[in-house]
Amino acid sequence: MKLRTRGLPLLLVLLAAAVSLQAQVSFDRLVRAAQEPHNWLSYSGGYFSQRHSELTQVTTDNVRNLESAWIYQLNSREPTSTRFEVTPLVVDGIMYIVQPPNDIIALDAVTGRPFWTYSYNPSLQARPCCGRLNRGVAIHGDRLFMGTIDGHMVAVDAKTGKLLWDKTVVRPEAGYAFASAPLVVKDKVIMGPAGGEFGIRGFLAAFDVATGNEAWRFNLVPGPGEPGFNSWQGDSWKTGGASIWLTGSYDPELNLTYWGVGNPGPDWNGDNREGDNLYSNSVVALDADTGTLKWHFQFSPHDEFDYDAVQIPVLADASWQGQPRKLMYFANRNGYFYTLDRATGQFLSGTTFVEVNWASGLDPKTGRPIRVAGKAPSAPPGTLIFPGNQGGTNWYSPSYSPRTGLFYIPTWANYSSLYVRDKVEYVEGRRFAGGGARAPVPGIRAGQGGYSWAKPEEGYGAVRAIDPVTGALKWEYKMSELTWAGVLTTASNVLFSGGGEGYFYALDARTGTLLWKTQLGSVIRSGPMTYSVNGKQYVTVAAGSALFSYKLRD
Amino acid sequence: MLGVLILGLALAQAPPGGAPPAPNGEQLYMENCVECHGPEGDVVPDVDLGHGRFRRATTDPELVGIVLRGIPNTAMPPNSFTEAQAAAIVRFLREKASRAAASAGDATKGRALFAGKGSCASCHRVDGVGARLGPDLSEIGRLRHSTDLERAIVEPDFMILPSNRFVRLVTREGATITGRLLNQDIFTVQLLDSKEQLRSLARADLRELTFIDKSPMPSYRDKLSTQEITDLVSYLVSLQGGGAQ
Repeated sequence: MKLRTRGLPLLLVLLAAAVSLQAQVSFDRLVRAAQEPHNWLSYSGGYFSQRHSELTQVTTDNVRNLESAWIYQLNSREPTSTRFEVTPLVVDGIMYIVQPPNDIIALDAVTGRPFWTYSYNPSLQARPCCGRLNRGVAIHGDRLFMGTIDGHMVAVDAKTGKLLWDKTVVRPEAGYAFASAPLVVKDKVIMGPAGGEFGIRGFLAAFDVATGNEAWRFNLVPGPGEPGFNSWQGDSWKTGGASIWLTGSYDPELNLTYWGVGNPGPDWNGDNREGDNLYSNSVVALDADTGTLKWHFQFSPHDEFDYDAVQIPVLADASWQGQPRKLMYFANRNGYFYTLDRATGQFLSGTTFVEVNWASGLDPKTGRPIRVAGKAPSAPPGTLIFPGNQGGTNWYSPSYSPRTGLFYIPTWANYSSLYVRDKVEYVEGRRFAGGGARAPVPGIRAGQGGYSWAKPEEGYGAVRAIDPVTGALKWEYKMSELTWAGVLTTASNVLFSGGGEGYFYALDARTGTLLWKTQLGSVIRSGPMTYSVNGKQYVTVAAGSALFSYKLRD
Repeated sequence: MLGVLILGLALAQAPPGGAPPAPNGEQLYMENCVECHGPEGDVVPDVDLGHGRFRRATTDPELVGIVLRGIPNTAMPPNSFTEAQAAAIVRFLREKASRAAASAGDATKGRALFAGKGSCASCHRVDGVGARLGPDLSEIGRLRHSTDLERAIVEPDFMILPSNRFVRLVTREGATITGRLLNQDIFTVQLLDSKEQLRSLARADLRELTFIDKSPMPSYRDKLSTQEITDLVSYLVSLQGGGAQ
């Protein structure tokens, strides 16, 4: 023993005695994330996924004094100009982002200067449908977790960016990919694959945070012998889609994790998949320890409009008909805003938040849509359907403010598509869509470069604030172009969002009044987030191929 | 510190770009060198090419230079190899030495030394276990040759990779912070400090910033026996990455 320490330099001895002071992100911290609003510990800012912060330094009065704190320009191996969709995490002053396709970068949240980069080189077999990108990482302890576009799950050290484990989960050559930020619950990291346009068979799986070993898996397209199997015709379940490409939510009291599920395959031709096609276009509630299905609710049975239920399941403990209740708010791509009992899955209400013509209403008891005859994809010239293919809303995050009691939806208003049905055969790794969707008026949408020619009646982007109890529209902030930006609200009633025109702006969450704006020069395809370091609040959003961070003028 | 490195390695080992196949170092050695040096490389006195023992060279560029230009006034002649061929021969010899080192020592004993007597894990990390301040060694056997590893153990100050540089900061309040430099600019400095915290400091808040030229790692020349160092090197050579769980 004497030999072991004698003569070792003091530093070495100090190092040996050093205990990590930077607190690890325990499960308990994730559960109590609202108590440390200076941090942003998960994709949606908390297990309830409200994208709402308790920070109040930036107010409706001083938000006009926001100025740029820093900008971080990507240095990706790939062009990323319109596909930077990350929501950063911030843990005690350190920010973690993913640069497309799959590089994790640790930044100083005050200066934007990088500490380290972990570079992942995806297989050439990767073929994500909608961008070689990633929406973020999850953290547990001092480990970061990322799904890759070639179907791996990886864990890296949050202090150094060193790879800890790398597990091949799915086959990219068959169209599987990971796009979203995983969700950590207890000692597991939960994730599911994208690939709904490639005839994948979707699932949710949990991986041990320490080893990466798969702990459980729930098939989102049931196989023979599993409940729901008879909702698929013949062998159609084998290519049934039901992908995952957005992060779920979690209720610690119920120990249930909630995930929105993607469209059935093929997207626009349901001829060979008669039935409801469970659990496509549903929200599923799984036991977080076992992956056992507790309940499900299917928003769009037997979908032929590509109405993925890939939106954020927002959880709220609020009053329902005079009684406190565990609720889930779900603004769906199909044009309806739903309120469910998240303990049981019971349908409580559903109202349209945009124009809808594919259904005439919802069954008041079950919430099942009442389809309108003839409103289905067809051979050319197609049928005009509201909402259009990208839906009344989509993956970009909504926000719920317990302060205002309002639910905020990034909305595509007055928007429709012509749906075309086509024949399709399954070939592994090829698109398996069975048709497509077209704008009724070609060429009215702004591409990259920012030219917009649409009339308002041809569709516009908006932030719509609705009363989640009644579904009534409280206010609307109209944009010219459609939106791909999420919404953030704060306890000081400031709402941040943006859109396809490149404006990042702040509204009064109570009234929708514009308080501040700045032009970022490219499409915002991400949800804003906020954090605080050394008593200074920052608001951050990804746009174009850069990350922008703002703070109040000193 | 075991991240002490020979900078030239990366240069000499860069694979040739473009179409021509990489020269075969073993074949070139057997055709051109074996007559004087012997198949094991140990025929010339005080030189053991197969075990990384050279009289006049240390780094790969130095060895490549000798292969190309010979050693004046000795039996070692200049050769007409291309640079890539000479580099391939050196690479072959380095790999041979690494294999020899791996088999010479007992990697299991080396692992025990790493965790125990050597206290290596108090600064270094392997497969997610150990401290983060020194270089992570999880795949060091893939990145460095045995001779370089041995040299880093007995002579840690020989060469330090820029990405492994240490700095000492003194704040205006007089607090001293030591750690591995991660990044810097006109106004700020980023480091992993000795408590394993990622820190970003404004230069305006610093009284002093000093690069620590000496490695924080002690020399193990007198702390471990020759056999123990061989065992430790064998263990390090066995670390090829992908072992983490």
